[in-house]
Amino acid sequence: MKQLVILSGKGGTGKTSVVAAFAHLASAGPFAGQVILADADVDAANLELVLHPKRLDTEPFRGGEVAVIDEDQCVQCGDCESICRFDAIVETDAGWIVDPVACEGCAACVHQCPTASIAMQEQTVGEYAYSDSLYGPLHHAHLYPGQESSGKLVTEVRQRACRQALDEQRPLVLIDGPPGIGCPVIAAVSGADLALLVTEPTVAGLQDLRRALQTLRHFGVPALVCINKADVYPVGAQGIDAYCRANGIDTVARVPFDPSVPGAMVAGAAVTAYRPDAPASLALSAVWQQVVAVLAKDLPGAAPAATVGDAARNNPD
Amino acid sequence: MRIVVASGKGGTGKTTVATSLAQVAAERDAVRFLDCDVETPNAALFLHPRLDVHRDVGIRVPRVDPQTCNACGTCAEICRFNAIAVVGETTLVFDDLCHGCGSCTWMCPEQAITEHLLVTGSIDSGTTPDGIAFARGMMNVGQAMGMPILRELKKSSPALSPTMTVPPRRTLEIRDAPPGASCPVVETMRGADFVLFVTEPTPFGLHDLKQVAAIARELGLPAGVVINRDGIGDAAVDAYCVESDLPILLRIPMDRRIAEAIAAGSTLVEANLDDRHRFRALLERILAEVTV
Ligand code: SF4
Ligand code: SF4
Ligand code: SF4
Ligand code: SF4
Repeated sequence: MKQLVILSGKGGTGKTSVVAAFAHLASAGPFAGQVILADADVDAANLELVLHPKRLDTEPFRGGEVAVIDEDQCVQCGDCESICRFDAIVETDAGWIVDPVACEGCAACVHQCPTASIAMQEQTVGEYAYSDSLYGPLHHAHLYPGQESSGKLVTEVRQRACRQALDEQRPLVLIDGPPGIGCPVIAAVSGADLALLVTEPTVAGLQDLRRALQTLRHFGVPALVCINKADVYPVGAQGIDAYCRANGIDTVARVPFDPSVPGAMVAGAAVTAYRPDAPASLALSAVWQQVVAVLAKDLPGAAPAATVGDAARNNPD
Repeated sequence: MRIVVASGKGGTGKTTVATSLAQVAAERDAVRFLDCDVETPNAALFLHPRLDVHRDVGIRVPRVDPQTCNACGTCAEICRFNAIAVVGETTLVFDDLCHGCGSCTWMCPEQAITEHLLVTGSIDSGTTPDGIAFARGMMNVGQAMGMPILRELKKSSPALSPTMTVPPRRTLEIRDAPPGASCPVVETMRGADFVLFVTEPTPFGLHDLKQVAAIARELGLPAGVVINRDGIGDAAVDAYCVESDLPILLRIPMDRRIAEAIAAGSTLVEANLDDRHRFRALLERILAEVTV
């Protein structure tokens, strides 16, 4: 079983549109009926807007705990406020209360309160869902707005997807990754077989790409790069090419700016299904072929791979 | 007055709007800009500050003095993150798991624990050519937790520029929020007076706008919307704004020339002269929304 993660550095580079196109493309060809999908962008779970999943199962997701002050016992000494390093204890007209969003769940205040007025309480921070989608089984989740520990929820989604893939001997798990480089990204990429970074040819895009590639290197995940809307700022695209070359990464492809992409989004479809002949669709099909070739290198029974360079030897500065 | 620029979905043009707003505000106000997107901070690419103050930040992690520690196990018992463990006669700290809460330090009966700073990121600050006092939090690669850096960033107030010739009307703080809708976004909004959402008129933009709008509502903050790349999608964002009483304060049409200028590192007000007027009007509308 292989795990392919699609990442973006910052969000909004067209990552989810790429995942949707890949899910569609994978539903025909050598992977037909064999792919498990996972939406690990739990803060902004958009994949379902394109895949139209039918929910088979929903479960609450319990994140960490938060402190709760029993106002009847509290003597308003304010000790907890000075103890808390996360500025989570705030004074209101009604006395000291815990801001559940700021609370890190460390329980330091519980141990220090002289009147034992503070207890820890488990919280439901989101929900995990399993669905049947247009292009295969989908594991996804929603983090309730403003909640933390999305890393844990990402791990949960990924583990469930992988478990199903192993149980049913499916060769590929396709993961829509979260933005950024922190905890949710680490949870989405650590141990994955390949990451495809979707970037834009902008000064900001290059900076984000750099940090994302450094993170992937830190966790030893091979990377390929795809420049979306490459023609909007060709100088920027060249800059990304040069950066990738200097760091031993093969830029897989350039996808042109194409109004069919937002068009497909509005229509709630993968762009490759919505307008198979659109420039973006053709480019994405080519990227998919290249990704399959890299993954196929050691997939059992797969055709020998066309080389796209040694993606594993990337070494960003 | 503190304005947060947020988006939910990344790549909607949030940083472009935040930096453009800061530039027009700096014409008459004393402006402080905080780049709160500590995982992927980009505002400096547009505002070009001279970052001359650098400070390492992080969390305070425990260090156990093996001479004093009697391996009683209290610390391991109270730590909620399994970051400290007694193995045989030795007490080990796992920095990667530690949240720096201090609980073990206070609870150790032998006072065997001291704390040292584990650097997880940095805060750089300075002044931009427009006289904006700028500070940026940056999480180090490989770290998981951006929140400690964000909290430090909010406490740091970069010195306001003394170079302004006219006395400023007021002091504005503009915070560029991280993408998503989880706790760092809430932390960025805490203590603010207004939230400006930047979205695009697509189903993805709408979905993510709803998430961040829920946070602002929960915090009781007034808010307004900028629709970027107006015309690329459908009218569902408009309908949502009407139905949830969110004023649409500005529409920025999709324009390839402008997209190119932004790709090269210009702000909107630099790329297009008309936008300077439009952003001045936007700022006035925000101020009006806050004072009503
Ligand atoms: S430390 Fe305990 S008693 Fe004191 S204010 Fe906090 S909750 Fe109340
Ligand atoms: S549990 Fe920790 S973070 Fe939460 S209020 Fe208590 S001391 Fe603060
Ligand atoms: S609580 Fe103090 S004495 Fe006990 S094991 Fe921990 S460090 Fe050692
Ligand atoms: S500081 Fe808090 S999180 Fe870190 S080891 Fe001590 S109790 Fe655990």
